Amino acid sequence: MSYGITNILNFLNMAVLASAPLLLATLGEILTEKSGNLNLGVEGMMFMGAIASLGAAYSYEQAVTLAGGMPSPLLATLIAAGAAAAAGALGALIYAFLVVTLRANQNVTGLTLTIFGTGFANFFGELIGKQAGGFVQVSAATKAMFGNLDMGALSQIPVLGPLLFRYNWMVYFGLVAMLVMAWFLGRSRRGLNLRAVGENPATADAAGVNVARYKYMATIAGGALCGLGGMYISMSSTACAGVWVHNCVNGYGWLAVALVIFATWSPTRAWLCGLVFGGLLVVRNYYPIPGLPMQIYSMFPYIATILVLVFASIRQVKEHAQPASCGLNYFREER
Amino acid sequence: MKPNAQPDVTKAVEMRNITKTFGPVVANDRVCLTLEKGEILALLGENGSGKTTLMNMLSGIYLQDSGEILVCNRPVTIRSPKDAYALGIGMIHQHFKLVDVLTAAENIVLGLKGGHTVNRREINARVREIAGRYGFDIDPAKKIYNMSVSEKQTVEIIKALYRGADILILDEPTAVLTPQETTKLFAVLRMMKAHGKSIIIITHKLGEVMEISDRVAILRKGEYIATVRTAETTRQDLTEMMVGRRVKLEIDRPVCPRGDRKLHVTGLTCVSREGVTKLKDVALDAFGGEILGVAGVAGSGQKELCETITGLKPIQAGSILYRYTRGGATVEENIAGMSADKIAQRGISLAFVPEDRLGMGLVANMNIVDNVILRSYQENAGMLINRKKYRPVCENMIRELDIVTPGLSTPVRRLSGGNVQKVLLGREILSRPQVLICAYPVRGLDIVSSYRIYALLNAEKQKGNAVIFIGEDLDVLMDISDRILVLCGGQVSGVVDPRASTKEEIGLMMTRIGREKVGGIA
Repeated sequence: MSYGITNILNFLNMAVLASAPLLLATLGEILTEKSGNLNLGVEGMMFMGAIASLGAAYSYEQAVTLAGGMPSPLLATLIAAGAAAAAGALGALIYAFLVVTLRANQNVTGLTLTIFGTGFANFFGELIGKQAGGFVQVSAATKAMFGNLDMGALSQIPVLGPLLFRYNWMVYFGLVAMLVMAWFLGRSRRGLNLRAVGENPATADAAGVNVARYKYMATIAGGALCGLGGMYISMSSTACAGVWVHNCVNGYGWLAVALVIFATWSPTRAWLCGLVFGGLLVVRNYYPIPGLPMQIYSMFPYIATILVLVFASIRQVKEHAQPASCGLNYFREER
Repeated sequence: MKPNAQPDVTKAVEMRNITKTFGPVVANDRVCLTLEKGEILALLGENGSGKTTLMNMLSGIYLQDSGEILVCNRPVTIRSPKDAYALGIGMIHQHFKLVDVLTAAENIVLGLKGGHTVNRREINARVREIAGRYGFDIDPAKKIYNMSVSEKQTVEIIKALYRGADILILDEPTAVLTPQETTKLFAVLRMMKAHGKSIIIITHKLGEVMEISDRVAILRKGEYIATVRTAETTRQDLTEMMVGRRVKLEIDRPVCPRGDRKLHVTGLTCVSREGVTKLKDVALDAFGGEILGVAGVAGSGQKELCETITGLKPIQAGSILYRYTRGGATVEENIAGMSADKIAQRGISLAFVPEDRLGMGLVANMNIVDNVILRSYQENAGMLINRKKYRPVCENMIRELDIVTPGLSTPVRRLSGGNVQKVLLGREILSRPQVLICAYPVRGLDIVSSYRIYALLNAEKQKGNAVIFIGEDLDVLMDISDRILVLCGGQVSGVVDPRASTKEEIGLMMTRIGREKVGGIA
């Protein structure tokens, strides 16, 4: 293969990998916003998922090793994923309790969650690292579980193999999550009810939908997805790959919040838009423009975010708009 | 369910001594109500008399503080709308409870149990079947935001029927309908009654009570007054029970000599930001000493008409000529393209009472004095505002218009709807306008306040000023106006003399221009 084709393939590969954590967090936030909760705590929940997965996998390995056994990389992976989802869900539960039950301001609560999650993750990351003697990392076998898969013959197909069949499992998980959510929101009865809750909770309530339960469920499930997005960063991304890096999430959560708008609250479009953002994040490594400083490249995704926000506010199609009551709390007896 | 209880076959619903309070406000005080099977009961009362609150308890939106509800003679507790549906009670709210971005069918099955997926074909078939039985016209796959008000109401009614409702509650169902649509709705209601459904219709329009109901229950200020047979009562009696004293029901139309042409609009065209033509080639004249009524289905361009001739909205074509006195001479000037600010500086005395009183008309959190100053703060010399000058003006206004307020420093949002409107209208009249434009000036007002507003508008007319009255109640428009301009889909479908036309003629003009029917009214 010529250098040009290899370069394109490598670029696309890296774009897909970079988009994976964004996709998970974006899906989580779409689900949350579909219930009428604007959770700005995505960044915080990603941080919580990131440290929880790493910490849980590490603790499991340490405990088994100490007992004289051989830690199973598969079990470590499952524990990491469970911990990440639980941590994200816990963050979302706090948010949902404050916002749905106590009817606190959604913006303030979400921002607080971001600050809390960031501090929580960095504190425990440093703490475990100090106890581990410098920095914390999982075993090489577990790291390999989060590495790229080898699907035998499939991965060997020219062009298509590297393009489609050589990613880590979380990339495929994200794809499945996207399809499931698209089906759920578009075709299922519960999905219809959820959309009604986000659009017009009084209507959903009058139609016999349990508004509070839907809000809780969607927000918590969304938080779990954000937590998994955080796990991707601490376990699968090349920058961390199973090692705790201070401030590793670093703005990805906010990109996800912007992506939700870019994707106009649609899971399938979230996938496409995630790819675009992923590409912008890594383009400098494959198509460097001579003389253009690296810092300019780093700005690309954020410039795109600003442009997206500008265009999203100009364009007003009913179906592509934010759920009508997103950001507003619902109280049945209000008058 | 008690197996030994003998259900009373004649009573669908009985509410006994229902009390509901919101903080210090008693919305319902020991109210009793009985709905018989297969009847249409009108629930009559002024705004704030607690009609909707009472029905919200029947439909599970609120839970009563005390008192009991019996459905088919069995005591029940209705904690949520779901409970209400389980008992066969369905309510069609005044502000429709529909999700705009979903289709009619999706709205209808919302919240229902069933398979995991939504089988649209099966639902559409059942919706069509129900529609056929009662004579509705509906497209199940149409999105709600593409529907007219009357279509939305149809969806709401079918939604209740789809859920197996035998007891239907309609909250002010005709407030948003044209006379033709009202006739159609009443035919459907009679059809449902013939099918054995029991219906409660909340209203404050006496004409409808007399036309459709079998019995009338009257509430006043949260208290239950009486239930009477419609056939055995009169409008005058009902009004007395509703208001608590005798009220003159006729609206005056004083005869005044027609004055100068104050406003002359031609070819007015206005396109919204989304590119939708809101007004097309509108022409109108307003004369001094005359009330010009503007009739039309909601959203036919009334808002745009008000906002263009007051300089609040830019226009694409046409001219708006105002006649006024400048430097002792009477001039006629085109204000198209001028801002409201500039129009005021020219000395054109124009006043506008917008539809959205607390949003566009007054600042809800400011008191009466500050709201009055808002109209004329530019006349103040220097940087500071002299409130002292305005205090007596406001005190005078409160006295003259019987505004009920705890004091001058109370924020206007704490006043009742009628008093808010009096403050707004009072302020505009203070500016001595030659042209007064009022959008829905009596919307949401009770009978007494409404008549007060009619009197104020007539007084302006008698001073020789031109009044433009945008209305929704055709009966009122026909009683008070000297001429009625009918809007239809942003066009003028005609100007008529209310003394020489019928409600049906005007209703027809509201839906079509000439012979051609205008569709797609958003």
